Amino acid sequence: MIHLTAFDLALAAILVLVLAVLSARVQRSLANQILIAAARTTVQLLLVGLVLKALFANVNIAWVGLMALFMLLVAGYEVTARQSRRLRGGWAFGVGSLSMFLSSFAVTLFALVVIIGNQPWYAPQYAIPLLGMLLGNTMNGVSIAMDRLTQLAWNQRAEIEARLMLGHTAREAVRDYKRDAVRAGLIPIINAMAAAGVVSLPGMMTGQILAGAAPVEAVKYQILIMFLIAVGTGLGTMAAVATASRRLFDERQRLRLDRLKAAAV
Amino acid sequence: MAELRVEALGGEGWGPLDLAIGAGECLCLSGPSGSGKTRLLRAIADLDPHSGMVYLDGTPAASFKAPLWRRQVALLPSDSRWWAATVLEHFDQDADIQLATIGLPDEALHWAVERLSSGERQRLALLRVLAHQPKVLLLDEPTANLDARNTERIETLVADYRHSQRAAVLWVSHDEAQMKRVSDRHLQLEQGRICRATGAAA
Repeated sequence: MIHLTAFDLALAAILVLVLAVLSARVQRSLANQILIAAARTTVQLLLVGLVLKALFANVNIAWVGLMALFMLLVAGYEVTARQSRRLRGGWAFGVGSLSMFLSSFAVTLFALVVIIGNQPWYAPQYAIPLLGMLLGNTMNGVSIAMDRLTQLAWNQRAEIEARLMLGHTAREAVRDYKRDAVRAGLIPIINAMAAAGVVSLPGMMTGQILAGAAPVEAVKYQILIMFLIAVGTGLGTMAAVATASRRLFDERQRLRLDRLKAAAV
Repeated sequence: MAELRVEALGGEGWGPLDLAIGAGECLCLSGPSGSGKTRLLRAIADLDPHSGMVYLDGTPAASFKAPLWRRQVALLPSDSRWWAATVLEHFDQDADIQLATIGLPDEALHWAVERLSSGERQRLALLRVLAHQPKVLLLDEPTANLDARNTERIETLVADYRHSQRAAVLWVSHDEAQMKRVSDRHLQLEQGRICRATGAAA
């Protein structure tokens, strides 16, 4: 395994700087966004590296739980921030976090206890990376799906209300839009599974191989991860869409778009 | 038989309003835009949160499941909405659809909604509402986008239904002549309140 030096990373950083300079010609703010995002990646990953080092040294379920909770809250915040029209009063955050919690945590727990069977099951070397992969992907699915659902409800309100006026239930009136939202949330993982190995080499597997793992071992883990991500994303997205679509209507099955708030641009 | 009674109905910036429409009666409602006509109709159909009560034959709206209430107290807007490709998909599966009553051939059920003229659309929208045999019709400028011939057709359809089913009708219109044709009772709204009532109350 070839160790990377700080100089190696600096060379890659120069490439990012070149990209930022080029993109500044297109749009000034785009260059800023690239630089800020690159800086965040560096700082956040270095920090998490240190945290993981400390966690590995002190295997304790409380510390692992705290780390997991922190990751969940940040994911909940990201889901909320990415919606152009979101549910008011903490509902966007609540629905997003809860559905990610239910799906990602359940799937991670299943993988740790039943499939990997490590001792102890919460060994941070397995628990944290697995949960991270699941949360990251579920977060994408949930935020895309919730964004799609609220956008559709907003844009198609006349159709939804026309159906309510004809005595359709809220469920019937919103069913097509729920289906669209779930599909939108699942497209990325379906594409990733379909293209894996043919068009793209998944990042986790690539990282393992670069770090010196045997390709077939890396592939087996990648397949496991893909399946877990698909299940986690699917369950999380369906739970989020089901809960959010209920919140769009009240107890008299009225469409309540006043419960949506446009995000500040 | 079916009577609609509205008590102290109101919302943000309009009401409280009281009114009653007897079975087989038609009440016209007019007023400048923003006077609360549409908000009143939406509140009666229980599409918006509101204060006050609405009764159908003495039974409050809250005693009905919301979809059942909206089938019995049906709102027809001026601009009908269609969410599927063909006309048929917008009717219940067991609906008894009498296209002849609106002057369209039977094959119109399989027409694409996109192909419909505005007159055909509105007649079909009315048929779609009447298929549920509502006891109350709330019409929000139902002929606003129609020519004289299609307006007359809608007026006739509503009058036939009202007389044969003894339905109560609340008709929002801005056309003096139309109001005279369809009803002898007339309420005028201004800034969310009734400012003038003409004709005999039932």
